[in-house]
Amino acid sequence: MIGFNLSKRFIRVWQRNFRVYQKTWKISFVPPLLEPLFYLAAFGVGLGGLVGALSYGGKTTGYTAYIAPALIAINIMQSSFFENTFGSFVRMYYQKTFDAMLATPLTIEEIITGEILWGATKSVIGSALMMIIITCFGLLHFPEALLLLPVAFLGGFAFACIGMVFTSVVPTIETFNLPIFLFITPMFLFSGTFFPLNNLPGWAQLFAKVLPLTHLVELCRAFALGRLDVSNLTSIAYLVIWCVIFFPIAVTGMRRRLVR
Amino acid sequence: MSAIIEVENLRKSYGSDIAVDGISFTVQAGECFGLLGPNGAGKTTIIRMIYGFTPRESGRLSLFGTDCDGAWRSLKAKIGVCQQEDNLDPDLTVRQNLETFAAYFDLPSNLVNDRVMALLQFTALEGREHANVMELSGGLKRRLVLARALLNEPQLLILDEPTSGLDPQSRHQLWSRLDDLKQRGLTTLLTTHYMDEAQRLCDRLIIMDHGKILVEGKPLDLIRDHVGKSVIEVIAPCSDLRMALKEKGVVFEDVGQRLIIYSNDGENLYRDLLSEHCREGCMLRPATLEDVFLRLTGRELRE
Repeated sequence: MIGFNLSKRFIRVWQRNFRVYQKTWKISFVPPLLEPLFYLAAFGVGLGGLVGALSYGGKTTGYTAYIAPALIAINIMQSSFFENTFGSFVRMYYQKTFDAMLATPLTIEEIITGEILWGATKSVIGSALMMIIITCFGLLHFPEALLLLPVAFLGGFAFACIGMVFTSVVPTIETFNLPIFLFITPMFLFSGTFFPLNNLPGWAQLFAKVLPLTHLVELCRAFALGRLDVSNLTSIAYLVIWCVIFFPIAVTGMRRRLVR
Repeated sequence: MSAIIEVENLRKSYGSDIAVDGISFTVQAGECFGLLGPNGAGKTTIIRMIYGFTPRESGRLSLFGTDCDGAWRSLKAKIGVCQQEDNLDPDLTVRQNLETFAAYFDLPSNLVNDRVMALLQFTALEGREHANVMELSGGLKRRLVLARALLNEPQLLILDEPTSGLDPQSRHQLWSRLDDLKQRGLTTLLTTHYMDEAQRLCDRLIIMDHGKILVEGKPLDLIRDHVGKSVIEVIAPCSDLRMALKEKGVVFEDVGQRLIIYSNDGENLYRDLLSEHCREGCMLRPATLEDVFLRLTGRELRE
């Protein structure tokens, strides 16, 4: 039981979640389709009229085109983070799904890996749906924009891991409000999502660089607008390192919580 | 006969709280073995260690003749578990619950369909396969949990309080299913708070308290050795009765408004009591496992 016992059987856990998703996909499809419409209308058309265009990567970019990729990045973050906080907590605490799984040959490593991969998968599904809508507005630059899908997986995995870390420590489901208020909401606003980071004072820019969403937004924007840059590699490396650090912490934390 | 479960000096503590304190027992193939004890006695902890959910602190455990260290995946594939709390998947239908669980065991899909159909029939759940699990009654849920535990055709079935909260019909139905499984030679490890259930199902059992075994044996032997043939209960006993019983050297328990008298010669004693001491409120009945349990573990509340 000690050590890292992971076989490809984690796919069974993923399949369980996918099976449930197939029953509710009609509802799950609504937010990623409607959300970009609301935001593009409010921020792009409404606020964009005031802002006009801004400079991104040395080129003039319309405000709507500027925030559209950030909306995808935010969705990537929220999809997997919510799946592996509220979703996983309900399965763990209320439905005892993990307890039932642990009476089978599945290991704790496989259960948590399956859960995290499912969170990342939801990020990919959400991004694909949003891309359809945003493409209708002519705001994505193909074929580079197709790279958003692997980015969604990477970013989704990163936020799934940190979500699972919180799930392994929160005493009650209400406690998730704390990381949402202190971690998710500030990132939503201050990660270069709705305005360029260089509008912030130097210390705040430095702080933003530590936040994972900043790097996810950078990647989404570069790929969506077809303006690939060497700095993208730094962002990818940042997210990969994030996963490498927080994935084992999530698994260890959940083992400590579940195996008594 | 070969041993399916061998437990030797098993220990587990949580902080300063000792849950299991040096337990040893052996379960032979084809046996139904019971773990009895008040709440907090350590039954569930033992069961969880046996199916590899809870790591052992110390002691030896071997299943199917194999030492358990490191071989969990292949051992778990041979065990079916009905856990105490309801952990069916509420997001899935009856059939999907079984199919999804079969996938956790990596059962080949051509096998799954046959087994699911056979188990739905065995547990009398046919016709409900598309029902939502949330809509099932307690009895139906328990039957589905049993069906789920049998999907991998286990060589050892572990039941943690399988009939808690069920109505008598559902209990008897579940018992007869367990009888069927026993006929097929399935080894079963069972915990229960119902002594009639233990007496009905178990070939051998242990009664434990505070993490230690108090007694081990066959139900009828335990009753004979620890209580005797019969029990006389006297409600609202008169004061001279206690004196008389002490003079006769009869073993009895005084629980305030009620005397409980243990005897191997119950019928004669009962006749004497009726003629000499009390006209009414006196009742003779055969001794049961519940008498053994209460004698050994006491009558005070645990939680």
